[in-house]
Amino acid sequence: MKQYLLSVHGNDEMYAAVPPETTQIMYAQVDAFNAEVQAAGAFVFGGGLHSASAATVVSVKGGETITTDGPYIEANEHIGGFWIIAVPDLDAALAWASKGSAACMSPVEVRPFQDESDA
Amino acid sequence: MSESDAALLARIFRQESGRCVATLVRLFGDIDIAEEAVQEAFVQAARSWLLSGFPPNPGAWITTTARNRAIDRLRRESSRHRRHAQAVLIERDPDDTSVGASVGPMNDDRLRLMFTCCHPALATNAQIALTLRLLGGLDTNEIARAFLVPEATLAQQIVRAKHKIRVNNIPYRIPADHELPDRLRPVLTVVYLIFNEGYRATSGEELIRGELCAEGIRLARLLAELMPDEVEVVGLLALLLLTESRSAARTAVDGSIVLLVDQNRALWNRLLIAEGQTLVRACLRRNAPGPFQIQAAIAAVHSDAATAADTDWLQIVALYDQLTTQTPTPVVALNRAIAVAEVDGADVALALIEVLPLDTYHLFHATRAEFLARLGRLDEAAAAYAKAATLTNNTAEQAFLQRRRGALI
Repeated sequence: MKQYLLSVHGNDEMYAAVPPETTQIMYAQVDAFNAEVQAAGAFVFGGGLHSASAATVVSVKGGETITTDGPYIEANEHIGGFWIIAVPDLDAALAWASKGSAACMSPVEVRPFQDESDA
Repeated sequence: MSESDAALLARIFRQESGRCVATLVRLFGDIDIAEEAVQEAFVQAARSWLLSGFPPNPGAWITTTARNRAIDRLRRESSRHRRHAQAVLIERDPDDTSVGASVGPMNDDRLRLMFTCCHPALATNAQIALTLRLLGGLDTNEIARAFLVPEATLAQQIVRAKHKIRVNNIPYRIPADHELPDRLRPVLTVVYLIFNEGYRATSGEELIRGELCAEGIRLARLLAELMPDEVEVVGLLALLLLTESRSAARTAVDGSIVLLVDQNRALWNRLLIAEGQTLVRACLRRNAPGPFQIQAAIAAVHSDAATAADTDWLQIVALYDQLTTQTPTPVVALNRAIAVAEVDGADVALALIEVLPLDTYHLFHATRAEFLARLGRLDEAAAAYAKAATLTNNTAEQAFLQRRRGALI
């Protein structure tokens, strides 16, 4: 099995503008999707994130730890949540990404994890 | 090596390398290993066939030799390629000689490889380059010259695409029936673009371009053979054959462009037309029209007309109406307008195209110029031809457009 990161990309302002009923529908859809991924045995980990304004960046330079108010990348779009799934190949990952994207109403980026055979 | 031996070897390479690479990819699960082994096998073939003569089944010889080469290499480098070594050396019987013996599975291998090369996760340019390289046996230099991109850029694209296939575990398989509509589309598009790049000559060298047309038709034939139930595949093959049938009439002796209406129809290839028309009729009986079938039907109507004046333009407009419902793009609207001009007049057709968002497309301005000229608006027509000429890099097209402009002023 190969592991893939399915990251949900979205815009904080856009999320804030979504009516509460729609947000409730989205949560219900994502819960159902999570249950489906788990039932299929493909679920490794996943969750939704607080908005990027809640982020903190830590870096070490010359042995000194520098902590700054985040996010790291000043962009309009940030990762809103993610899943890690374990499936046989990219086609299986893309099929889950398609369902996940429909459930959370946002684009989903699929990226393979490095593993032993890539070394 | 005599000239004829060298030519024979080159022909065998072109015919067999895609098949061999496809089989090796299935056996070893790695495109680079497959490609290198097949190349080594051809080098070995060039040496040993000169001494002992050409074998009765060169493809099987190459596949078996390449497989042995790859196994030797994996044994040598087993620590570096543990995964592949395990797959091949443990799970497979190294004395199994069935590879290359049967035709069916090897054909399936080429289809698998086609779907891998044209996977929607890859960019279109990478899909085209990989298909030409792995299935067409064209080398990086040839592909780069055909598409007028620096060889280093193209090589880099191929390396990145192969890397993406490997690290993502892009599968090597024929998609299931329910996936096929989505997955077949990029495959057909790539074959069409390969042919079209050769035919339209946006740039590049003449010799390689003919090769691209031949390769596009070869791939379309292969797909039609392997997926006879996919009617759009048959439509694509028919479209390419009917388009290719006119190639000898498309240019004058001096290399300049001859428009469809002015072509000497005696130069059209009747064999290709007959084959293309038979395929179009077979498509019609299946009654599941798609964009390639409809375009093939339009080409078939043209090929039916003994002279340009005999063209059944009403039928062509009707087919474009059908195409518009399936692919409502500005370019389809432009081509439809050209047929409308023959039925309803240039004024009606001009009104149809003025609204199209095609300002950077040279054929939009060339078509507009043609309509304006027919309406006697010669100054505007000349300006439109001049604009069209600035938008193409093809010197034959530039010369053609400037000549049309020159005839007006």
